[in-house]
Amino acid sequence: MKEKLTEEQLMNKKIRKKSLISFGVFFLLISVAIGVWMWVRNSEKSDGQYKPLRTVLNTNEKVNNFFFSENDLVKTYSKSEGAKNVRANGYYGNKGSHDTSVWRLRVLHSNPKNPGDSVLILCLNDILQIPKQEECFNFKCVEGWSQISFWGGCRFFDFISKYNLGTHSGNAPDKNNPEDLYKYVSLETPDGAYYVGIDMKSMIHSQTLLAYEMNEKQLPDNQGYPLRLIIPLKYGIKNLKWIGTIRFSDTRPKDYWFERGYDYDAAL
Amino acid sequence: MKKIIPKHPFVIRWTHWVNFPVLAVMIWSGLLIYWANDIYKISLGDFLVFKFFPDPVYKSLNVEHRLSEGMAYHFTFMWLFMLNGLFYILYTIFSGEWRYLLPNKKSFKEAWQVLLHDLFISRKPLPEKKFNGAQQIAYTAIIIMGIFSVLSGIAIYKPVQWQTVTFLLGGYESARIIHFILTIGYVLFFLVHIMQVIRAGWNNFRAMVTGWEVVGSLKQLAVESPQESKPFQKEKITESKTEIEKITPENIADENSTEQ
Repeated sequence: MKEKLTEEQLMNKKIRKKSLISFGVFFLLISVAIGVWMWVRNSEKSDGQYKPLRTVLNTNEKVNNFFFSENDLVKTYSKSEGAKNVRANGYYGNKGSHDTSVWRLRVLHSNPKNPGDSVLILCLNDILQIPKQEECFNFKCVEGWSQISFWGGCRFFDFISKYNLGTHSGNAPDKNNPEDLYKYVSLETPDGAYYVGIDMKSMIHSQTLLAYEMNEKQLPDNQGYPLRLIIPLKYGIKNLKWIGTIRFSDTRPKDYWFERGYDYDAAL
Repeated sequence: MKKIIPKHPFVIRWTHWVNFPVLAVMIWSGLLIYWANDIYKISLGDFLVFKFFPDPVYKSLNVEHRLSEGMAYHFTFMWLFMLNGLFYILYTIFSGEWRYLLPNKKSFKEAWQVLLHDLFISRKPLPEKKFNGAQQIAYTAIIIMGIFSVLSGIAIYKPVQWQTVTFLLGGYESARIIHFILTIGYVLFFLVHIMQVIRAGWNNFRAMVTGWEVVGSLKQLAVESPQESKPFQKEKITESKTEIEKITPENIADENSTEQ
Protein backbone atom coordinates (compact mmCIF):
# COMPACT_ATOMS: atom_id res chain seq x y z
CA MET A 1 0.00 0.00 0.00
CA LYS A 2 2.75 2.40 0.97
CA GLU A 3 4.67 1.62 -2.18
CA LYS A 4 1.63 2.32 -4.31
CA LEU A 5 1.14 5.67 -2.65
CA THR A 6 4.69 6.65 -3.49
CA GLU A 7 4.08 5.62 -7.06
CA GLU A 8 1.00 7.79 -7.09
CA GLN A 9 2.98 10.71 -5.73
CA LEU A 10 5.72 10.16 -8.25
CA MET A 11 3.11 10.23 -10.95
CA ASN A 12 1.66 13.48 -9.68
CA LYS A 13 5.14 14.92 -9.59
CA LYS A 14 5.71 13.82 -13.16
CA ILE A 15 2.42 15.36 -14.25
CA ARG A 16 3.30 18.65 -12.55
CA LYS A 17 6.73 18.73 -14.15
CA LYS A 18 5.46 17.94 -17.61
CA SER A 19 2.68 20.50 -17.26
CA LEU A 20 5.13 23.14 -16.11
CA ILE A 21 7.32 22.64 -19.18
CA SER A 22 4.39 22.66 -21.59
CA PHE A 23 2.77 25.70 -20.07
CA GLY A 24 6.15 27.40 -19.93
CA VAL A 25 6.48 27.01 -23.68
CA PHE A 26 2.85 28.03 -24.09
CA PHE A 27 3.32 31.29 -22.20
CA LEU A 28 6.55 31.90 -24.06
CA LEU A 29 4.60 31.69 -27.32
CA ILE A 30 1.97 34.05 -25.95
CA SER A 31 4.76 36.48 -25.08
CA VAL A 32 6.17 36.21 -28.59
CA ALA A 33 2.71 36.94 -30.04
CA ILE A 34 2.31 39.97 -27.78
CA GLY A 35 5.83 41.04 -28.68
CA VAL A 36 5.06 40.90 -32.40
CA TRP A 37 1.88 42.89 -31.81
CA MET A 38 3.70 45.58 -29.82
CA TRP A 39 6.43 45.71 -32.46
CA VAL A 40 3.85 46.44 -35.17
CA ARG A 41 1.96 48.98 -33.07
CA ASN A 42 5.15 50.79 -32.09
CA SER A 43 6.72 50.76 -35.52
CA GLU A 44 7.21 53.95 -37.49
CA LYS A 45 4.69 54.80 -40.12
CA SER A 46 5.47 54.72 -43.79
CA ASP A 47 2.95 56.69 -45.87
CA GLY A 48 0.40 56.63 -43.11
CA GLN A 49 0.73 52.93 -42.36
CA TYR A 50 2.72 50.88 -39.84
CA LYS A 51 5.93 49.93 -41.59
CA PRO A 52 5.66 46.13 -41.26
CA LEU A 53 2.12 46.26 -42.64
CA ARG A 54 3.21 48.59 -45.43
CA THR A 55 5.89 46.06 -46.39
CA VAL A 56 3.28 43.32 -46.66
CA LEU A 57 0.91 45.57 -48.63
CA ASN A 58 3.70 46.26 -51.13
CA THR A 59 4.42 42.54 -51.37
CA ASN A 60 0.74 41.82 -51.92
CA GLU A 61 0.85 44.18 -54.88
CA LYS A 62 3.69 42.19 -56.40
CA VAL A 63 1.69 38.98 -55.96
CA ASN A 64 -1.29 40.72 -57.47
CA ASN A 65 0.69 42.02 -60.44
CA PHE A 66 1.90 38.53 -61.07
CA PHE A 67 -1.70 37.49 -61.71
CA PHE A 68 -2.55 40.62 -63.68
CA SER A 69 -3.62 40.10 -67.24
CA GLU A 70 -4.83 42.84 -69.53
CA ASN A 71 -7.26 40.31 -70.92
CA ASP A 72 -9.11 40.26 -67.60
CA LEU A 73 -12.15 42.32 -68.38
CA VAL A 74 -14.42 43.75 -65.77
CA LYS A 75 -17.91 42.33 -66.06
CA THR A 76 -20.17 44.74 -67.95
CA TYR A 77 -23.91 45.23 -67.82
CA SER A 78 -26.47 46.58 -70.23
CA LYS A 79 -26.87 50.32 -69.85
CA SER A 80 -30.44 49.97 -68.60
CA GLU A 81 -29.03 48.34 -65.46
CA GLY A 82 -27.07 51.45 -64.58
CA ALA A 83 -28.25 53.37 -61.53
CA LYS A 84 -30.23 56.53 -62.15
CA ASN A 85 -29.07 58.14 -58.92
CA VAL A 86 -25.37 57.64 -59.03
CA ARG A 87 -23.68 57.87 -55.68
CA ALA A 88 -21.12 60.64 -55.30
CA ASN A 89 -18.75 60.15 -52.44
CA GLY A 90 -15.69 62.39 -52.44
CA TYR A 91 -15.29 66.08 -53.03
CA TYR A 92 -11.57 66.56 -52.50
CA GLY A 93 -10.21 68.55 -55.40
CA ASN A 94 -13.42 70.14 -56.65
CA LYS A 95 -12.28 73.70 -55.97
CA GLY A 96 -11.18 75.54 -59.06
CA SER A 97 -12.93 76.41 -62.23
CA HIS A 98 -14.62 73.66 -64.17
CA ASP A 99 -16.15 76.01 -66.73
CA THR A 100 -15.13 74.49 -70.06
CA SER A 101 -14.47 77.89 -71.59
CA VAL A 102 -11.62 78.20 -69.11
CA TRP A 103 -10.90 74.56 -68.19
CA ARG A 104 -7.93 72.99 -69.92
CA LEU A 105 -6.33 69.58 -69.65
CA ARG A 106 -2.59 69.89 -69.15
CA VAL A 107 -0.40 66.94 -70.12
CA LEU A 108 3.26 67.04 -69.14
CA HIS A 109 5.22 64.99 -71.61
CA SER A 110 8.91 65.67 -71.90
CA ASN A 111 10.72 63.29 -74.24
CA PRO A 112 13.42 63.45 -76.96
CA LYS A 113 10.88 64.73 -79.43
CA ASN A 114 9.47 67.30 -77.03
CA PRO A 115 12.44 68.38 -74.91
CA GLY A 116 12.28 70.59 -71.88
CA ASP A 117 9.15 71.06 -69.83
CA SER A 118 6.77 70.24 -72.62
CA VAL A 119 3.13 70.78 -71.83
CA LEU A 120 0.29 69.78 -74.07
CA ILE A 121 -2.82 71.85 -73.45
CA LEU A 122 -6.16 70.51 -74.60
CA CYS A 123 -9.74 71.61 -74.28
CA LEU A 124 -12.72 69.32 -73.86
CA ASN A 125 -13.50 69.50 -77.55
CA ASP A 126 -10.18 67.83 -78.32
CA ILE A 127 -11.16 64.88 -76.15
CA LEU A 128 -14.57 64.69 -77.82
CA GLN A 129 -12.83 64.10 -81.17
CA ILE A 130 -11.54 60.72 -80.01
CA PRO A 131 -13.92 57.78 -80.70
CA LYS A 132 -16.40 57.36 -77.90
CA GLN A 133 -16.55 54.31 -75.74
CA GLU A 134 -19.40 53.39 -73.39
CA GLU A 135 -19.23 51.23 -70.34
CA CYS A 136 -21.68 49.99 -67.76
CA PHE A 137 -20.02 48.21 -64.83
CA ASN A 138 -20.19 47.70 -61.09
CA PHE A 139 -18.32 50.64 -59.59
CA LYS A 140 -16.68 49.60 -56.31
CA CYS A 141 -15.78 51.83 -53.42
CA VAL A 142 -13.02 50.98 -50.98
CA GLU A 143 -15.58 51.56 -48.23
CA GLY A 144 -17.37 48.40 -49.32
CA TRP A 145 -20.34 49.55 -51.36
CA SER A 146 -20.76 49.08 -55.08
CA GLN A 147 -23.15 50.36 -57.70
CA ILE A 148 -23.73 49.61 -61.36
CA SER A 149 -23.19 52.81 -63.31
CA PHE A 150 -23.01 53.82 -66.94
CA TRP A 151 -20.26 56.00 -68.37
CA GLY A 152 -19.15 57.40 -71.69
CA GLY A 153 -15.81 58.81 -72.77
CA CYS A 154 -12.72 57.89 -74.69
CA ARG A 155 -10.31 55.11 -73.93
CA PHE A 156 -7.21 56.41 -72.21
CA PHE A 157 -5.14 54.33 -74.60
CA ASP A 158 -6.82 55.97 -77.61
CA PHE A 159 -6.09 59.34 -76.05
CA ILE A 160 -2.37 58.74 -75.58
CA SER A 161 -2.23 57.11 -79.02
CA LYS A 162 -3.68 60.16 -80.69
CA TYR A 163 -1.23 62.56 -79.05
CA ASN A 164 1.81 60.22 -78.89
CA LEU A 165 1.92 60.34 -75.11
CA GLY A 166 3.21 58.10 -72.37
CA THR A 167 6.34 56.90 -74.15
CA HIS A 168 10.01 57.62 -73.47
CA SER A 169 10.66 57.93 -77.21
CA GLY A 170 7.80 60.26 -78.00
CA ASN A 171 6.43 57.74 -80.48
CA ALA A 172 2.91 56.41 -80.36
CA PRO A 173 2.42 53.94 -77.49
CA ASP A 174 2.55 50.30 -78.42
CA LYS A 175 1.18 47.62 -76.07
CA ASN A 176 3.69 45.18 -77.57
CA ASN A 177 6.56 47.43 -76.64
CA PRO A 178 6.08 47.98 -72.91
CA GLU A 179 9.72 49.05 -72.49
CA ASP A 180 8.97 52.31 -74.22
CA LEU A 181 6.01 53.08 -71.99
CA TYR A 182 6.35 55.01 -68.77
CA LYS A 183 5.51 52.84 -65.77
CA TYR A 184 3.10 55.23 -64.09
CA VAL A 185 0.55 57.90 -64.84
CA SER A 186 -0.26 60.67 -62.41
CA LEU A 187 -3.56 62.55 -62.46
CA GLU A 188 -4.35 65.65 -60.48
CA THR A 189 -7.31 67.98 -59.95
CA PRO A 190 -6.96 71.59 -61.16
CA ASP A 191 -6.60 72.82 -57.58
CA GLY A 192 -3.98 70.14 -56.86
CA ALA A 193 -5.86 69.00 -53.76
CA TYR A 194 -6.49 65.45 -54.97
CA TYR A 195 -4.04 63.33 -56.91
CA VAL A 196 -3.61 59.71 -57.84
CA GLY A 197 -0.85 57.57 -59.30
CA ILE A 198 -1.73 54.54 -61.40
CA ASP A 199 0.39 51.87 -63.07
CA MET A 200 0.50 52.11 -66.86
CA LYS A 201 -0.73 48.54 -67.37
CA SER A 202 -4.03 49.44 -65.76
CA MET A 203 -4.21 52.80 -67.52
CA ILE A 204 -3.89 51.31 -71.01
CA HIS A 205 -6.45 48.61 -70.20
CA SER A 206 -9.26 48.66 -72.75
CA GLN A 207 -11.86 49.57 -70.10
CA THR A 208 -10.06 52.62 -68.73
CA LEU A 209 -11.79 55.80 -69.86
CA LEU A 210 -11.45 59.53 -69.74
CA ALA A 211 -15.16 60.00 -69.13
CA TYR A 212 -17.26 63.05 -69.96
CA GLU A 213 -20.70 61.43 -69.86
CA MET A 214 -22.78 59.62 -67.29
CA ASN A 215 -26.10 57.99 -68.21
CA GLU A 216 -25.67 59.47 -71.71
CA LYS A 217 -25.63 63.02 -70.35
CA GLN A 218 -22.88 65.47 -69.60
CA LEU A 219 -21.12 64.61 -66.34
CA PRO A 220 -22.71 66.38 -63.39
CA ASP A 221 -20.32 68.54 -61.41
CA ASN A 222 -20.33 66.20 -58.40
CA GLN A 223 -19.20 63.40 -60.74
CA GLY A 224 -16.20 65.34 -61.99
CA TYR A 225 -17.37 67.64 -64.79
CA PRO A 226 -15.88 68.18 -67.28
CA LEU A 227 -13.56 65.16 -67.33
CA ARG A 228 -12.96 62.30 -64.93
CA LEU A 229 -11.18 58.98 -64.91
CA ILE A 230 -13.16 55.75 -65.02
CA ILE A 231 -10.93 52.81 -64.27
CA PRO A 232 -12.97 49.69 -63.44
CA LEU A 233 -9.81 47.79 -62.45
CA LYS A 234 -9.45 50.02 -59.40
CA TYR A 235 -11.43 51.13 -56.39
CA GLY A 236 -13.31 54.41 -56.66
CA ILE A 237 -10.51 56.30 -54.90
CA LYS A 238 -8.44 56.02 -58.09
CA ASN A 239 -11.27 57.19 -60.37
CA LEU A 240 -10.22 60.81 -60.09
CA LYS A 241 -12.81 63.48 -60.86
CA TRP A 242 -12.15 66.95 -62.31
CA ILE A 243 -8.93 65.97 -64.12
CA GLY A 244 -6.62 68.95 -64.46
CA THR A 245 -3.14 67.58 -65.07
CA ILE A 246 -1.75 64.31 -66.40
CA ARG A 247 1.90 63.34 -66.00
CA PHE A 248 3.98 60.29 -66.82
CA SER A 249 6.81 58.84 -64.75
CA ASP A 250 8.79 55.71 -64.05
CA THR A 251 8.55 56.05 -60.30
CA ARG A 252 5.44 55.98 -58.20
CA PRO A 253 3.79 59.39 -58.34
CA LYS A 254 2.32 60.77 -55.14
CA ASP A 255 -1.11 59.44 -54.29
CA TYR A 256 -3.64 61.00 -51.95
CA TRP A 257 -4.97 57.87 -50.24
CA PHE A 258 -1.67 56.02 -50.35
CA GLU A 259 -0.28 58.80 -48.16
CA ARG A 260 -3.15 58.11 -45.79
CA GLY A 261 -2.36 54.44 -45.26
CA TYR A 262 -4.08 52.64 -48.14
CA ASP A 263 -2.23 50.32 -50.47
CA TYR A 264 -0.88 51.99 -53.58
CA ASP A 265 -2.50 49.95 -56.31
CA ALA A 266 -6.07 49.79 -54.94
CA ALA A 267 -6.51 47.10 -57.58
CA LEU A 268 -9.55 44.90 -57.91
CA MET B 1 -3.29 4.11 -11.19
CA LYS B 2 -3.05 7.36 -13.10
CA LYS B 3 -1.65 7.29 -16.56
CA ILE B 4 -0.42 9.95 -18.96
CA ILE B 5 -1.72 9.22 -22.40
CA PRO B 6 -1.18 11.23 -25.59
CA LYS B 7 -4.25 13.01 -26.93
CA HIS B 8 -3.63 15.88 -29.36
CA PRO B 9 -0.67 15.81 -31.78
CA PHE B 10 1.74 18.73 -31.76
CA VAL B 11 0.65 20.13 -35.15
CA ILE B 12 -3.03 20.17 -34.17
CA ARG B 13 -2.26 22.08 -30.97
CA TRP B 14 0.15 24.46 -32.69
CA THR B 15 -2.22 25.36 -35.53
CA HIS B 16 -5.10 25.71 -33.05
CA TRP B 17 -3.24 28.20 -30.87
CA VAL B 18 -1.77 30.12 -33.80
CA ASN B 19 -5.21 30.39 -35.30
CA PHE B 20 -6.68 31.90 -32.16
CA PRO B 21 -4.86 35.28 -32.16
CA VAL B 22 -4.72 35.37 -35.97
CA LEU B 23 -8.47 34.93 -36.30
CA ALA B 24 -8.97 37.48 -33.53
CA VAL B 25 -6.96 40.03 -35.54
CA MET B 26 -8.88 39.11 -38.70
CA ILE B 27 -12.24 39.64 -36.99
CA TRP B 28 -11.15 42.90 -35.37
CA SER B 29 -9.65 44.32 -38.57
CA GLY B 30 -12.68 43.06 -40.46
CA LEU B 31 -14.83 45.12 -38.14
CA LEU B 32 -12.71 48.20 -38.90
CA ILE B 33 -13.40 47.57 -42.60
CA TYR B 34 -17.07 46.72 -42.17
CA TRP B 35 -17.70 49.97 -40.28
CA ALA B 36 -17.05 51.97 -43.48
CA ASN B 37 -20.18 50.47 -45.05
CA ASP B 38 -22.19 48.95 -42.21
CA ILE B 39 -25.38 48.15 -44.06
CA TYR B 40 -26.34 44.75 -42.69
CA LYS B 41 -29.28 44.33 -40.39
CA ILE B 42 -31.88 41.79 -39.43
CA SER B 43 -35.44 42.96 -39.83
CA LEU B 44 -38.89 41.42 -39.91
CA GLY B 45 -40.80 43.37 -42.49
CA ASP B 46 -40.29 46.98 -41.47
CA PHE B 47 -39.38 46.09 -37.93
CA LEU B 48 -35.67 46.37 -37.25
CA VAL B 49 -34.54 43.50 -35.04
CA PHE B 50 -30.81 44.13 -34.96
CA LYS B 51 -28.43 46.46 -36.77
CA PHE B 52 -24.84 45.36 -37.34
CA PHE B 53 -23.67 47.13 -35.30
CA PRO B 54 -25.17 49.62 -32.90
CA ASP B 55 -23.09 52.74 -32.33
CA PRO B 56 -22.15 51.85 -28.74
CA VAL B 57 -20.41 48.74 -30.09
CA TYR B 58 -18.26 50.88 -32.40
CA LYS B 59 -17.60 53.44 -29.69
CA SER B 60 -16.61 50.92 -27.06
CA LEU B 61 -14.31 49.04 -29.45
CA ASN B 62 -12.97 52.25 -30.99
CA VAL B 63 -13.41 51.13 -34.58
CA GLU B 64 -14.50 54.37 -36.22
CA HIS B 65 -12.49 55.92 -39.08
CA ARG B 66 -9.86 53.20 -39.18
CA LEU B 67 -10.57 51.67 -42.60
CA SER B 68 -7.03 51.86 -43.98
CA GLU B 69 -5.61 50.40 -40.79
CA GLY B 70 -8.19 47.61 -40.89
CA MET B 71 -7.35 46.79 -44.49
CA ALA B 72 -3.62 46.76 -43.79
CA TYR B 73 -4.02 44.32 -40.88
CA HIS B 74 -6.55 42.22 -42.76
CA PHE B 75 -4.36 41.83 -45.84
CA THR B 76 -1.31 41.05 -43.71
CA PHE B 77 -2.84 38.51 -41.36
CA MET B 78 -4.79 36.81 -44.17
CA TRP B 79 -1.54 35.10 -45.12
CA LEU B 80 -1.08 33.65 -41.66
CA PHE B 81 -4.73 32.61 -41.53
CA MET B 82 -4.51 30.85 -44.90
CA LEU B 83 -1.11 29.22 -44.40
CA ASN B 84 -1.97 28.02 -40.91
CA GLY B 85 -5.30 26.64 -42.10
CA LEU B 86 -3.71 24.95 -45.09
CA PHE B 87 -1.04 23.42 -42.86
CA TYR B 88 -3.73 22.08 -40.52
CA ILE B 89 -5.76 20.56 -43.35
CA LEU B 90 -2.73 18.94 -44.98
CA TYR B 91 -1.60 17.59 -41.64
CA THR B 92 -4.96 16.06 -40.79
CA ILE B 93 -5.07 14.43 -44.21
CA PHE B 94 -1.58 12.95 -44.21
CA SER B 95 -1.38 11.99 -40.54
CA GLY B 96 -4.72 10.21 -40.61
CA GLU B 97 -6.09 12.50 -37.89
CA TRP B 98 -9.03 13.16 -40.17
CA ARG B 99 -10.39 9.80 -39.05
CA TYR B 100 -11.15 11.28 -35.63
CA LEU B 101 -12.40 14.57 -37.02
CA LEU B 102 -14.65 13.80 -39.98
CA PRO B 103 -18.25 13.01 -39.11
CA ASN B 104 -19.55 9.59 -40.10
CA LYS B 105 -22.99 8.03 -40.24
CA LYS B 106 -23.24 7.72 -36.47
CA SER B 107 -22.06 11.25 -35.77
CA PHE B 108 -25.36 12.98 -36.29
CA LYS B 109 -27.30 10.69 -33.98
CA GLU B 110 -24.52 10.98 -31.44
CA ALA B 111 -24.45 14.76 -31.80
CA TRP B 112 -28.12 14.85 -30.92
CA GLN B 113 -27.45 12.86 -27.75
CA VAL B 114 -24.58 15.18 -26.89
CA LEU B 115 -26.84 18.17 -27.39
CA LEU B 116 -29.50 16.71 -25.09
CA HIS B 117 -26.84 15.91 -22.54
CA ASP B 118 -25.30 19.38 -22.69
CA LEU B 119 -28.69 21.03 -22.30
CA PHE B 120 -29.30 18.88 -19.20
CA ILE B 121 -32.23 17.19 -20.92
CA SER B 122 -30.68 13.75 -21.04
CA ARG B 123 -28.61 12.06 -18.33
CA LYS B 124 -27.09 9.53 -20.64
CA PRO B 125 -23.29 9.72 -20.38
CA LEU B 126 -21.27 11.02 -23.27
CA PRO B 127 -19.31 8.62 -25.46
CA GLU B 128 -15.76 8.11 -24.26
CA LYS B 129 -13.64 9.12 -27.20
CA LYS B 130 -11.41 11.85 -28.45
CA PHE B 131 -14.09 13.67 -30.42
CA ASN B 132 -17.77 12.88 -30.10
CA GLY B 133 -20.26 13.30 -32.94
CA ALA B 134 -21.07 16.89 -32.01
CA GLN B 135 -17.39 17.77 -31.96
CA GLN B 136 -16.76 16.03 -35.27
CA ILE B 137 -19.50 18.05 -36.90
CA ALA B 138 -18.44 21.32 -35.27
CA TYR B 139 -14.72 20.94 -35.99
CA THR B 140 -15.31 19.90 -39.59
CA ALA B 141 -17.85 22.66 -40.16
CA ILE B 142 -15.44 25.29 -38.84
CA ILE B 143 -12.83 24.17 -41.40
CA ILE B 144 -15.36 24.36 -44.23
CA MET B 145 -16.31 27.82 -42.95
CA GLY B 146 -12.64 28.76 -43.01
CA ILE B 147 -12.32 27.64 -46.62
CA PHE B 148 -15.35 29.69 -47.56
CA SER B 149 -14.02 32.69 -45.67
CA VAL B 150 -10.89 32.52 -47.79
CA LEU B 151 -12.87 32.10 -51.01
CA SER B 152 -15.38 34.85 -50.26
CA GLY B 153 -12.48 37.00 -49.08
CA ILE B 154 -10.68 36.55 -52.39
CA ALA B 155 -13.97 37.25 -54.19
CA ILE B 156 -14.26 40.69 -52.60
CA TYR B 157 -10.52 41.43 -52.42
CA LYS B 158 -9.85 40.89 -56.16
CA PRO B 159 -13.23 40.65 -57.88
CA VAL B 160 -11.74 41.32 -61.31
CA GLN B 161 -8.77 39.00 -61.36
CA TRP B 162 -10.60 36.27 -59.44
CA GLN B 163 -13.97 36.94 -61.02
CA THR B 164 -14.75 33.25 -61.41
CA VAL B 165 -14.68 32.90 -57.64
CA THR B 166 -16.80 36.04 -57.29
CA PHE B 167 -19.26 34.68 -59.82
CA LEU B 168 -19.52 31.29 -58.11
CA LEU B 169 -20.33 32.98 -54.83
CA GLY B 170 -23.20 34.88 -56.40
CA GLY B 171 -21.41 38.13 -57.20
CA TYR B 172 -19.54 40.82 -55.34
CA GLU B 173 -22.20 41.85 -52.86
CA SER B 174 -23.30 38.29 -52.20
CA ALA B 175 -19.70 37.32 -51.45
CA ARG B 176 -19.44 40.20 -48.99
CA ILE B 177 -22.56 38.98 -47.16
CA ILE B 178 -21.20 35.42 -47.04
CA HIS B 179 -17.91 36.74 -45.69
CA PHE B 180 -19.78 38.66 -43.00
CA ILE B 181 -22.12 35.83 -41.95
CA LEU B 182 -19.18 33.43 -41.62
CA THR B 183 -17.50 35.90 -39.29
CA ILE B 184 -20.60 36.09 -37.12
CA GLY B 185 -20.47 32.27 -37.18
CA TYR B 186 -16.93 32.30 -35.76
CA VAL B 187 -17.98 34.54 -32.91
CA LEU B 188 -20.89 32.25 -32.04
CA PHE B 189 -18.66 29.19 -32.38
CA PHE B 190 -16.16 30.82 -30.05
CA LEU B 191 -18.79 31.49 -27.37
CA VAL B 192 -20.08 27.90 -27.40
CA HIS B 193 -16.55 26.51 -27.62
CA ILE B 194 -15.44 28.45 -24.54
CA MET B 195 -18.47 27.31 -22.53
CA GLN B 196 -17.85 23.70 -23.52
CA VAL B 197 -14.17 23.92 -22.64
CA ILE B 198 -15.04 25.29 -19.22
CA ARG B 199 -17.56 22.50 -18.67
CA ALA B 200 -15.16 19.83 -19.85
CA GLY B 201 -12.67 20.77 -17.20
CA TRP B 202 -8.99 21.18 -16.66
CA ASN B 203 -7.72 17.82 -17.87
CA ASN B 204 -9.35 18.45 -21.22
CA PHE B 205 -8.03 21.99 -21.54
CA ARG B 206 -4.56 20.97 -20.46
CA ALA B 207 -4.48 18.36 -23.21
CA MET B 208 -4.86 21.12 -25.81
CA VAL B 209 -1.73 22.80 -24.44
CA THR B 210 0.40 19.82 -23.42
CA GLY B 211 -0.85 17.19 -25.82
CA TRP B 212 -1.55 14.56 -23.17
CA GLU B 213 -4.27 13.86 -20.67
CA VAL B 214 -4.24 12.08 -17.38
CA VAL B 215 -6.34 8.99 -17.20
CA GLY B 216 -7.12 7.67 -13.74
CA SER B 217 -8.09 4.17 -12.72
CA LEU B 218 -11.78 4.87 -13.21
CA LYS B 219 -11.30 5.90 -16.77
CA GLN B 220 -9.06 2.93 -17.37
CA LEU B 221 -11.87 0.66 -16.39
CA ALA B 222 -14.19 2.43 -18.72
CA VAL B 223 -11.70 2.22 -21.53
CA GLU B 224 -10.85 -1.39 -20.88
CA SER B 225 -14.45 -2.47 -20.80
CA PRO B 226 -16.30 -0.19 -23.12
CA GLN B 227 -19.00 -2.78 -23.70
CA GLU B 228 -19.86 -3.00 -20.02
CA SER B 229 -23.08 -1.47 -18.90
CA LYS B 230 -23.07 1.46 -16.53
CA PRO B 231 -24.39 -0.36 -13.45
CA PHE B 232 -21.46 -2.72 -13.70
CA GLN B 233 -19.05 0.17 -13.73
CA LYS B 234 -20.73 1.67 -10.72
CA GLU B 235 -20.06 -1.54 -8.88
CA LYS B 236 -16.45 -1.34 -9.82
CA ILE B 237 -16.31 2.21 -8.62
CA THR B 238 -17.59 1.23 -5.21
CA GLU B 239 -15.08 -1.55 -5.03
CA SER B 240 -12.15 0.67 -5.73
CA LYS B 241 -13.27 3.39 -3.38
CA THR B 242 -9.98 3.55 -1.60
CA GLU B 243 -8.31 4.38 -4.86
CA ILE B 244 -10.82 7.08 -5.70
CA GLU B 245 -9.94 8.96 -2.58
CA LYS B 246 -6.39 9.26 -3.68
CA ILE B 247 -7.39 10.74 -6.97
CA THR B 248 -7.91 14.44 -6.86
CA PRO B 249 -11.48 15.73 -7.13
CA GLU B 250 -10.76 17.25 -10.51
CA ASN B 251 -10.11 13.82 -11.94
CA ILE B 252 -13.43 12.56 -10.71
CA ALA B 253 -15.04 15.52 -12.34
CA ASP B 254 -13.29 14.50 -15.52
CA GLU B 255 -14.99 11.15 -15.47
CA ASN B 256 -18.18 12.94 -16.28
CA SER B 257 -16.62 15.51 -18.49
CA THR B 258 -17.89 16.30 -21.94
CA GLU B 259 -14.38 16.17 -23.41
CA GLN B 260 -14.77 19.20 -25.58
